[in-house]
Amino acid sequence: MKQRLLLSTILSATLAIPAVAANVPEGTALAENQAYNYWMLDAIKSLDPQIVSSVEDSDAVRSLVEGLYNEDGDGNLVPGVALSHDISEDLTTYTFHLRPEAKWSNGDPVTAGDFVYAWRRLADPATASEYAWYMELMQVVNGAEITAGEKKPEELGVTAIDDHTLEVKILAPLPYFPKMLTHTSVFPVNQKVVEQFGADWTKPGNFVGNGAYTLKDHIVGEKIVMEKSDSYWDAAHTVMSPVTGLTINDENAALTRYEAGELDRTTVPAGQYPRLKEEFPDEATSTPYSCSYTYIFNLAEGKGNEALKDVRVREALSYALDRDIVVNNILQGGQKPAYSWTHWAMNGFTMPDIDYSHWTQAERDEKAKALLAEAGFGPENPLKITLNYNTSEAHQKIAVAVQQMWKQKLGVEMTPQNFEWKVHTDKMNAGDFEMARYAWCADYNEASTFLDLWASYSGNNDAKYSNAEYDALLKDAKTAADPGPDYTKAEEILAKDMAIIPIYHYAKVDMIKPDLKGLPQNNVQQTWYAKDLYRVAQ
Amino acid sequence: MFSYIIKRLVVAIPTLLVLMVLSFLLMHAAPGGPFTYEKKLPPEVLANLNAKYGLDQPLWRQMVSYVWGIIAHFDFGPSFVYKDRDVNEIIAQGFPVTLHYGSIAFVVAVVSGVLLGVIAAIRQNTWIDYIAVGISIGAQVLPNFVMAPILVLVFALWLGWLPAGGWEGGELSHVILPVIALATSYMASIARITRSSMLEVLTSNHVRTARAKGLPEHKVILRHALKPSLIPVISYLGPAFVAMITGSVVVDMYFSTGGIGKAFVDSALNRDYAVMMGITLLVGFLTIIFNLLVDILYAWIDPKIRY
Amino acid sequence: MVLSAIDMGALAERLAMDEVKGRSPWTDARIRFMRNKAAVAGMFLLIIVSAFAFFGEMFAVSTYDYIDFSRSGDVLHLGRPSLASGNYFGLDDQGRDLFARTAQGTRISIIVGLVGASISVIVGTLYGAVSGYVGGRTDQIMMRIVDILLAIPFMFVIILLLVMFGRSLSMLFLGIGLLSWLSMARIVRGQTLTLKNREFIQAAQAAGVRGFTIILRHIVPNLLGIVAVYATLLVPEMILTESFISFLGLGVQAPLTSLGDLISQGAKNMRYGTIWQLLFPLAFFMVTMFAFFFVGDGLRDALDPKDR
Repeated sequence: MKQRLLLSTILSATLAIPAVAANVPEGTALAENQAYNYWMLDAIKSLDPQIVSSVEDSDAVRSLVEGLYNEDGDGNLVPGVALSHDISEDLTTYTFHLRPEAKWSNGDPVTAGDFVYAWRRLADPATASEYAWYMELMQVVNGAEITAGEKKPEELGVTAIDDHTLEVKILAPLPYFPKMLTHTSVFPVNQKVVEQFGADWTKPGNFVGNGAYTLKDHIVGEKIVMEKSDSYWDAAHTVMSPVTGLTINDENAALTRYEAGELDRTTVPAGQYPRLKEEFPDEATSTPYSCSYTYIFNLAEGKGNEALKDVRVREALSYALDRDIVVNNILQGGQKPAYSWTHWAMNGFTMPDIDYSHWTQAERDEKAKALLAEAGFGPENPLKITLNYNTSEAHQKIAVAVQQMWKQKLGVEMTPQNFEWKVHTDKMNAGDFEMARYAWCADYNEASTFLDLWASYSGNNDAKYSNAEYDALLKDAKTAADPGPDYTKAEEILAKDMAIIPIYHYAKVDMIKPDLKGLPQNNVQQTWYAKDLYRVAQ
Repeated sequence: MFSYIIKRLVVAIPTLLVLMVLSFLLMHAAPGGPFTYEKKLPPEVLANLNAKYGLDQPLWRQMVSYVWGIIAHFDFGPSFVYKDRDVNEIIAQGFPVTLHYGSIAFVVAVVSGVLLGVIAAIRQNTWIDYIAVGISIGAQVLPNFVMAPILVLVFALWLGWLPAGGWEGGELSHVILPVIALATSYMASIARITRSSMLEVLTSNHVRTARAKGLPEHKVILRHALKPSLIPVISYLGPAFVAMITGSVVVDMYFSTGGIGKAFVDSALNRDYAVMMGITLLVGFLTIIFNLLVDILYAWIDPKIRY
Repeated sequence: MVLSAIDMGALAERLAMDEVKGRSPWTDARIRFMRNKAAVAGMFLLIIVSAFAFFGEMFAVSTYDYIDFSRSGDVLHLGRPSLASGNYFGLDDQGRDLFARTAQGTRISIIVGLVGASISVIVGTLYGAVSGYVGGRTDQIMMRIVDILLAIPFMFVIILLLVMFGRSLSMLFLGIGLLSWLSMARIVRGQTLTLKNREFIQAAQAAGVRGFTIILRHIVPNLLGIVAVYATLLVPEMILTESFISFLGLGVQAPLTSLGDLISQGAKNMRYGTIWQLLFPLAFFMVTMFAFFFVGDGLRDALDPKDR
């Protein structure tokens, strides 16, 4: 309900929220050492806001560049370059008032023109951004047409009224539009610098940002080093420096380096959380993370396994899949068993009441056996299916456990098929699978980012699930004053059709040094800003 | 000899071309492309990307422009994944790192391996031999992905002497563990090959003759036995060096050294075509050079071989 | 050209050798092999390990893929090796009987090693011997082909093979075997180059023996020593290669496993108290390797004609 309240405040007039930087409580003794070393699974692929495509990229870019709004520790918006905004009567024109004192690290002022340049650049086919569709998702006027090459970037519905006033026109009212502005792909870039250096502008020495940090060093695959920027408007409140991200591809190696004191934050390998929690109660943490894990069925006509087109078979498989074992025996990191698709912690989302989520596992197994027998499968005629998953230890553990569950309880012969990531994806896109592992992470903190996926018109709906009622509900939700009930209803339809087997909702399971403060506690997208962090003296 | 080397180098060019075409075709035959993601890109976005990277062109065209880029500007193309870098930069950054710890490991492996093998051979069937053989087998049966975490556990976590990872521009403390992890199994192989070949040479007639002439044993070994017994070792060195370069992926993964080994496997898995090709060609080039060096060494050691 | 005293000596020895044709050289070899204690011990170990690999699962409390869900959540405390529970080697981190899995994994590893090494020995020896013996342009071309193939980073080829044809054991054999004959060929060629100038080869040539016959009769037998040693280096190397592929996550299809896969898993969990998950597979891995090495050395000593 919090989200609704916030939005109605936004709709009423102007948004004015207190600025938050490193919010050090009074009287806190800060540690002398304010260096922060964090873990990155992969190398940073790009530091160009419009090119950014991975979590590692955006984590770094959020420190180097600042967008219109930032998020606080609970996922609420706080002013960044924009101080506030107004919305027109028809809810399709946003006017942002920019902070006059904001500066680039080369001394230039940050202007509305920088945003116009960056946004056009995002949509421009010549940039070939993988996130070009974000303009379309935000419904910015002409965004889709520009990306498709039908219109010129200059025709994008974004204008600089003056240096500190930015106007954005969108196609239809979009209640969560402001929330989408924290995505790095709509962060500004300095036109002069980009044009001067071309693709090299993101290199250390060339990089010019408007964020709380400047780029000191970046060695792809090894590390990125960022230092406090003195030209940042809120530099007085930036405490952490230098901030170093280290790429360590092996989670266990990363944990070792954490224990050796080389990292201040790292991830916990699957299954190790209970032990670490016991040993280091102040350091092991688990917070909700807005991703959902599922097995999808290939429901496309003429493809996949015909037996799986029978809803009773799908139900039987889902019932017999013991989520508690997946969560408590395999992952063991505070993940939650899932019986519905949308992550439980999404802002403003009410979990649907799914019948079988209340049953005991024994009841589910009983029902599963009955359903499967009804569908004509039994010891004489066992159900034979394959499950595709991509190469990863955790996926493999879950797949072989599920294989055993189905075999031990139902006599189903499931063959897990391990494919390398690109092949797995390619097979899913081509509809060349019977069942497949899939996961989705929220693009923004609202349920539609999950539910839109299974609409029949969605490009990512590899299950080829199609239900007119479901589609209608989602379309309705786009304009409804309160889309909440629509979302809940859609979830119920999804569960009734058993189009997918939701398995669990993610949690971010980390080891964090106890003196490190200011990390987000309730931000389901796990968006963090280095400028909010600080270390206390011990 | 000189003209032989020139000839071999000239032959290297078509070799590299064949290698290029072969890997190019293999790569494009693999399912999935650089822009295949779980979150599928909308068709217009994909079209823009393909246009930008020339993937919308027919294969032969892509290949021609790739070759032309190399010939005309020594440009191996852009990375499709690391979008603000090109292949030259990626190699220029990763290769010196790998070369740095790789060549140290190579020297360590060769010197200690040959030493171990020779000692074992001249003291055949004594406890020295057994210990040397034991060490070399022990070192060989421990895969480096077991070795690496053990080294880190002991030297970084328990003793705290060395950092658990990172490269820091090749600071000595960051080089030691990667070198040990990489060198041991090659050292073991070299020791075993040296030992068996040395044993063979020691029973050969020219060594017997040398002994019969009354030369002291160490002179027999250094002057007459060592050189011929190194032939099989040398055969092993060319491929071993290249294998160390590509096989450094374990080191890169455990110690986060940022070398070319990891970049190589990543590029294959990510379908980063140009990077993949660039590293393949680099490794191919190194192989050719090393094979040539091996052949030259052959001729030097065994004057009966003529080219 | 004046033959050196050494070469004369060698020639004399060869000639003398050819006169003694009482027993087949292979009988001699067998006798010599059986006299070598380490080699016999290695052979014995290999038989034991193979017996375990092929029949061990019969004595296991459950199959290699059976998960005991009641204990899989706390393997550290409930899955220790124990005679009472029948899990002699404990449970793996998924709650499966490690005894059964080690047996099954050893089987896969031994098969991969043997098949891979055989392919590489047969193909590599013939190829290298022909190339080195024939020499000239043929040698050039044959070695360039090897260069090209060697210059293709083999991990990529294996990844591609596993990717395009799906993961299967036969693909793994093919990939590993086909790629490893290359260095074998180079080594054999190097040896052949030195052998080729020996007098007994020249004598055979002078006598008008056909080239291929010379290769099979005179060159290959003289290479057996080095080939045997290299082949026994290869078997463990194959097993190691397989484990490396497993480490990258591209190994045999789960729930099947291999020693490499088990070790890789065990090494990852090494610090978390479940050390038995590393120790048992690693022990079998090492014993298998030791055994192959000893047998290889024994073979070398037994087959080396120069020792006669």
